[in-house]
Amino acid sequence: MKTIKEKHSLAMRWCHWVNFPVLAIMIWSGMLIYWANDEYSIKLFGHTFFRFFPNGFYKTLNIPFRLAEGMAWHFLFMWFFAINGVLYILYTIISGDWRELVPKRNSFKEAWQVLLHDLHIRKIAPPQKKYNAAQRIAYTAIIVMGLGSVITGLAIYKPVQFYYLTWICGGYHFARILHFALTLGYVFFFVIHIVQVILAGWNNFRSVISGFEVIDSERKPAVQKIKK
Amino acid sequence: MNTPDKKKKVKKPLTVEQQISRRNFISFATFAVLAGGAYEGWRWLYKSPPEATGGITAGARKPLRKALNKTELFFRRVFSDNHLVKTYPKSMAAKNVRVNSDIGMEAKDKFDPASWKLQVQKKGGEILQVTLQEIMALPKTEIIYDFKCVEGWDQISHWGGVRFIDFIKHFQLDDYTKMDYVGMETPDKAYYVGLDMPSAIHPQTLLAYEVNEKPLPLNHGAPLRLIIPVKYGIKNLKRIGTITFSNTRPRDYWAEQGYDYYSGL
Repeated sequence: MKTIKEKHSLAMRWCHWVNFPVLAIMIWSGMLIYWANDEYSIKLFGHTFFRFFPNGFYKTLNIPFRLAEGMAWHFLFMWFFAINGVLYILYTIISGDWRELVPKRNSFKEAWQVLLHDLHIRKIAPPQKKYNAAQRIAYTAIIVMGLGSVITGLAIYKPVQFYYLTWICGGYHFARILHFALTLGYVFFFVIHIVQVILAGWNNFRSVISGFEVIDSERKPAVQKIKK
Repeated sequence: MNTPDKKKKVKKPLTVEQQISRRNFISFATFAVLAGGAYEGWRWLYKSPPEATGGITAGARKPLRKALNKTELFFRRVFSDNHLVKTYPKSMAAKNVRVNSDIGMEAKDKFDPASWKLQVQKKGGEILQVTLQEIMALPKTEIIYDFKCVEGWDQISHWGGVRFIDFIKHFQLDDYTKMDYVGMETPDKAYYVGLDMPSAIHPQTLLAYEVNEKPLPLNHGAPLRLIIPVKYGIKNLKRIGTITFSNTRPRDYWAEQGYDYYSGL
């Protein structure tokens, strides 16, 4: 028999889907800005492994010579990004949902077991509630990263007025590097996130839109849970 | 059967299957409508017309310009004379100070620094003319700070000159600081900036005539340039010709090209 199991609150779903396009616009406009001084690359022992970014990348995405435009977009959507993030954090605190979200003492050990399970090396996944240990770490990290983007962003946006933020971030140069690295982190997160959502299947994906999962009690729920 | 029973039949509780499909329908329909609305909103913003040229600001989409101006008002609240740009020891100053632009200084042959005089426009059309010697006679202030370009690069550089607020006080222009803006233009009027008064009279804003303890070369804006650490480089006008005061925004070269008028750091 099928039963409805509530999973994601309306507030969480709302914040998630507001954040998605807003963050996309922030990353795109950020690239328009970064292009004007695209000095970062991955170098090791004097050899350049990757330059951020190759010309073909810029051309394909129509990035060059749009600095002013990029800044105008960035400094409007930063408000939505920050406000949405603050609302989400407030919601998790007030509702108590943070308990499901924040890593526990054994989460780091368990996350390793989840990883081994997801890679089909280990057969049994550790027991979980709403989120497994790896999800707890990932979804908490992404919030910390969001906060980091706001702080490093302010540190390079108003380095004189918010000189203490610039100082905390290790100076103007380093704050800009952090701001850039965090963005790479989002892209990395996005790729893993999409793969996991596809692997987890429809029931899981639907719950982020409709809020519930359908539990078929004839099957063993543990099997389903492992996949999430 | 009597009436209450009939009602019960009509209001029969939904089966789990029905609940699932109903909730799915409502949430996915809402999602689709909101996603469509968001996409339309994006399209509207992306295709929104740019500001008309000929105004004080231009080149940005109208709603985005409005947002820039509103954001300026917010961040002006955190501006303070007590917030100073970080300064560095002399040993960290760049020996080769980057030259990024020569707009307003292209006519090199026609310009003679020796006969240059700073023109300060006062009320009633009166013009105060100041020579470089008069400016250099005022107390000198030096600053070694991280000059920041709107493009994203920065460089620690060493400048010397007179603080703008000292200049104002010496020439008894105090009344003009009650106005909202300062405008500065190159002698050929090809480059020009508008500055809000609090930033202009910030204690680290200099009328500079030295870089690395030597007189400014022409490409750095000889004989006198603006060094305003609370702004991006685009506001640090080289080769100042005229200074004006006003209560409305003076024209600004890069604000006409889609950049934020305030451009404050």
